[in-house]
Amino acid sequence: MRAFANHFSFEFRTGLRNKNLLMLNYLFPLGFYAMMGLMMTQINPLFKETMIPAMVVFGVLSATILGLPSPLVEAREAGIFRSFKINGVPAVSILSIPALTTMFHALIVAAIIAATGTPLFDAAPVTNWGAFALIALLTAFVCAGLGSLIGVITANTRVTVLWSQMLYLPSMLISGMMVPLSMLPAAFGRIALLLPPTYALQAFQGLALGQATTVSPVWSVVILLAGGVLAFALAIHLFDWDRHNATRQGHPLMALLALLPYVAGMVLLG
Amino acid sequence: MNDAVITAKDFRKVYGDFVAVDDISFEVHRGEIFGLLGPNGAGKTSTLESLEGLRAPDGGSLRVMGVDPARESRRLRDTIGVQLQTSGLPDSMTVSEAMNFFCAYHDVPPRPDLLQRLGLAEKMSTQYYMLSTGQKRRLALALAIAHNPPVLFLDEPTAGLDVASRAELHGLVSELKDAGTTVLLATHDMAEAEKLADRVAILLRGNIVATGSPRELTAAGGGFTKVSVRTEGGSLSNADAVFPGVSQQTSKDDYAIYYSTDVGPTVAAIIAYVEAHGDPLIDLRVERPSLEERFLEITGTGGDR
Repeated sequence: MRAFANHFSFEFRTGLRNKNLLMLNYLFPLGFYAMMGLMMTQINPLFKETMIPAMVVFGVLSATILGLPSPLVEAREAGIFRSFKINGVPAVSILSIPALTTMFHALIVAAIIAATGTPLFDAAPVTNWGAFALIALLTAFVCAGLGSLIGVITANTRVTVLWSQMLYLPSMLISGMMVPLSMLPAAFGRIALLLPPTYALQAFQGLALGQATTVSPVWSVVILLAGGVLAFALAIHLFDWDRHNATRQGHPLMALLALLPYVAGMVLLG
Repeated sequence: MNDAVITAKDFRKVYGDFVAVDDISFEVHRGEIFGLLGPNGAGKTSTLESLEGLRAPDGGSLRVMGVDPARESRRLRDTIGVQLQTSGLPDSMTVSEAMNFFCAYHDVPPRPDLLQRLGLAEKMSTQYYMLSTGQKRRLALALAIAHNPPVLFLDEPTAGLDVASRAELHGLVSELKDAGTTVLLATHDMAEAEKLADRVAILLRGNIVATGSPRELTAAGGGFTKVSVRTEGGSLSNADAVFPGVSQQTSKDDYAIYYSTDVGPTVAAIIAYVEAHGDPLIDLRVERPSLEERFLEITGTGGDR
């Protein structure tokens, strides 16, 4: 327990101390939130309806998909995991503790957005705070799982950025963050169901804001939960201590199995 | 002896078609400092990392205090302390955080006394990336011994250290040995091995080609002792300056240099010669063959692979 607390405390401080992580955990999402609140709500008043969940999901994506993978790759390449292994730090801790602290940072940002969105920008308010907290936690869990998986399977930080952007950019464009899912062309709407943020937004809108949704919010929660568990399981299974001495138990392409719940969602709910 | 703490029996490590370590066997006894020497690629790091549980052997068996490193990592971690040749800590981790972090995982109290001893007391709040190479090496050693492991693996422990730090580290390693710690030392530094190690094994192309105490190894070599002499008048450059036991001679920086297999008669004859020529002796040095020279003799055919 002392080791876990010490490790968690160190990783949490790193999220504030490291300039890149501070940027991705706090400055970028909160800055973008302020900009969208000031500008987008003037340009498109309808954005107020989805502003809180959209900005929460944006913050989670920024911290987990953009911020989490690269430090994992850099640590492995720098031999840090070798030191950890020799000193008894388990692989589960190496993966789960940075994921937990990143989720913690993302939830702090989510709380700030949820608390200020309505008074500052007249955003549609959260009507069920319990559901909001659980869905925010679930979204952070799913995205942290995917971020960890990207960090585990990629050989260097250039490839990490590529994989992260493959998830991040489509999420920004078609998951419903900028344009509601119901307003997208049908084909894009179906493709959007391959993206975890789509389900997160549907769950937020249906269960935390009491709004109408395109996809069942309950099924969205189920798919997110399955996706998060699968992503973390694959990350632990594919974890490798040292690139010079591969001990990985499966091919990196196995990571694509993490998309299975979303493929199922697209087939069954699309 | 039956107090073997580290045992390698027919240990083999291959990478594809490349045989890095070819069925070697050795034992390291309790409280012994055992040096593993060899040129780059000789198999030192493969051997060390397999004993540390970082690599799995492809043949033979390894034991550290009865623990199989490849199968019992939990038991191994409390048994050994390791200063890796290439390892790191997170850039933003401070010295005191590193000590707290690893001690927490070993379930022992932090050891600020070690940081003090290794000259890191002033650096407690310094982040890892701001430490010099020498400070990083000293921190790695402090972390390796903080949980008082009975077995210590050191891979190039003094690389990048200044003279004072190196002497301090050598003193600390000697103290650990006196306290009963068994040390396996992999190094390129022959002077270090000669000073610290009770026994050494020289690895070449994955095989142990020589083993014994540094004194035994040097005595088993060509047996040449180097005698360097400088006189005021330079009489030793005369053609008739020929001495018993000398098999080779040369000169450098006003010194006449003789390689002798029978140093007593050689020195006596040199002194008699310069006195007979009324040529005052300024300097005379006798240097026995070093482990480095013996190492070069053994590995002279190369060995990088």
